[in-house]
Amino acid sequence: MSVFGPTEASLATPSEGQSWLERIPVAYWIVGLILLIMPAIAGDFMLFQIFGWTFILGLIALGLMFLGGYGGMVSLAQMSIAGVGGYMVAIFGVSAIDTISLGWPWYVAIPIALVIAMLFGTLTGWLAVRTEGIYTIMITLAIAAAFFYFARQNYVMFNGFSGFNGVLPPMLFGVDWRGPAAFYYLTLFWAALGYLVVLYVSRAPFGLALQGVRDNPRRMSALGYNVTAHRVAAYTFASLLAAIGGILLTWQSAQISPGTAGIGPAIDILVIAVIGGMRHPVGPFIGAFIYVILKTYAIDALVTLGLAGERFQLLIGIAFLAIVFWSPDGIIGLWDRLREDRKRDPLTGRGGEGP
Amino acid sequence: MNADLNGGSTISERLGATGTANALELKGVSKFFGALAALTDIDITVRPSERRAVLGSNGAGKTTLFNCVAGDFPSTTGTIRFFGEDITQFPPHERIRRGLRRTYQISLLFTGLTVLDNIFLACVGVSRSRFSFLRPGRDDALMASAENLVRVVHLEDAKDDQVATLSYGQQRQLEIAIALAGAPRFILFDEPAAGLSPTERSELIEILVGLPAHMGFIIIEHDMDVALRVAESVSMMHNGRIFKEGSPAEIEDDPEVQALYLGGADG
Ligand SMILES: Nc1ncnc2c1ncn2[C@@H]1O[C@H](COP(=O)(O)OP(=O)(O)O)[C@@H](O)[C@H]1O
Ligand SMILES: [Mg+2]
Repeated sequence: MSVFGPTEASLATPSEGQSWLERIPVAYWIVGLILLIMPAIAGDFMLFQIFGWTFILGLIALGLMFLGGYGGMVSLAQMSIAGVGGYMVAIFGVSAIDTISLGWPWYVAIPIALVIAMLFGTLTGWLAVRTEGIYTIMITLAIAAAFFYFARQNYVMFNGFSGFNGVLPPMLFGVDWRGPAAFYYLTLFWAALGYLVVLYVSRAPFGLALQGVRDNPRRMSALGYNVTAHRVAAYTFASLLAAIGGILLTWQSAQISPGTAGIGPAIDILVIAVIGGMRHPVGPFIGAFIYVILKTYAIDALVTLGLAGERFQLLIGIAFLAIVFWSPDGIIGLWDRLREDRKRDPLTGRGGEGP
Repeated sequence: MNADLNGGSTISERLGATGTANALELKGVSKFFGALAALTDIDITVRPSERRAVLGSNGAGKTTLFNCVAGDFPSTTGTIRFFGEDITQFPPHERIRRGLRRTYQISLLFTGLTVLDNIFLACVGVSRSRFSFLRPGRDDALMASAENLVRVVHLEDAKDDQVATLSYGQQRQLEIAIALAGAPRFILFDEPAAGLSPTERSELIEILVGLPAHMGFIIIEHDMDVALRVAESVSMMHNGRIFKEGSPAEIEDDPEVQALYLGGADG
């Protein structure tokens, strides 16, 4: 696989004479417009459940895409970090469990939640970067499992098995942010912001160096980079994305419990990132959309066909296998290949760009 | 060229050390790969502005010597001092931040990036912008020094080309530009001339001779002609040991050297 995507423009040469507005590709305008007017088209269930959930899971998986795609590190702890974010807003902010929740205002509780989740993610990274490949997956899976069992057995802080309910977003600007359209825009905003920041950072020194560390750590230390520090910092950044996603996820269902950050959901985030593709930040959102659609409608579809509804996990598993088998770069990999094929010279078979 | 390149130690510490110390001082450095002694008891002293050639047949341990000095592999025994400071235990990036640079015998470049971006990455590595989340602007100082290095190694025409599309000789030139990023105080060149055409070879010599006079280096070189033109002193290596040091003329006339190396079949 070629290292830095050859299709991406060079850092040094912003096309002359064009404002940054003019350089935004047409596809962005179209997708952006459709997403903005979606509440006029789609029903409440679509907005809140399908799109809201897609944006949240996409944001959490975006952190994994950043780690995996740019950093070459696959972590299964993203959902646990999201869980820490969710738990912390419940503990420091307001919930129905007022014997534990401190009831602090949102502008205190949310920053504390983000910082604690990032510390947790940084610590996870600090442990994980000492390992490679399968061992990184194992150690982060172990951390995810440990967090799940700890939250389930700790009643003093995490309220054990039942967790916290009644965790609601603040009534900022007089808006009920759990209203379908409001929640849609809230999650869209954070998903879009996360997406744009990741895209931007991928060509900033931090992101470039991270890709350098992925491709050739030895060379990077011979350029003066502290490879370990760079990897840990990538975990910290990915944790921020996960924590924002975790808080939104908690608000969506108004509750957080150990199951939210269990082993199943931890693996689902990896499945989402792989199905969508880890090469570009749009991948996790495509993966999340497919996952949410399957998870929401596959049961009904299977029952209609006379099959057992529980089998929907099987469908997701098959989709996962098919992707890994045919397109290791996920859906965006398939898409790229289709485009290449169309550009390919029918006589020489040579493509327009890149290897 | 650039202000924020003082790596770990302070400028005054470094200036203080520069006055008296040698650029590089190795004492009793050995390197074992399992039972294989790739380096045995190496002592080398190189003055700050000195230009030294290291010659020796394949497998003599020349690259291993560079790996130990630059920190790619830790040495098994011995001490390594860089401008007076004991760097034996330092990780590679700490050595680089103190002004040591190296090139690789087999180019280690980021082939999917452009020439300019490769050099930019090297300039960032020894600056404080390593963790910057902001893309470089039009008047970015590091980008300006990267542009400057493109000219130093005569790659102006290829600066926006993807490295994978460069010729072998151009890739070698890029390796050198990367080693010149920041404010190097001492450079290790690992066979920069190997595999180059005669024209590329003379261009390389021109680049090396044109380096600022205070910038010392060690160059590993098979070709005596190249070594003679860029170096003022020569160390001969064989079987992991340095067995002769002297001026190029002394080395050329030495019967032992002639028997072992210049007349030898391998090289
Ligand atoms: N990473 C390594 N692992 C094991 N042996 C090595 C390694 N690097 C070099 N060697 C051995 O050390 C000896 C010296 O190699 P090297 O320093 O590359 O020689 P030179 O650069 O002089 O041709 C050789 O016998 C080589 O096989
Ligand atoms: Mg060698």
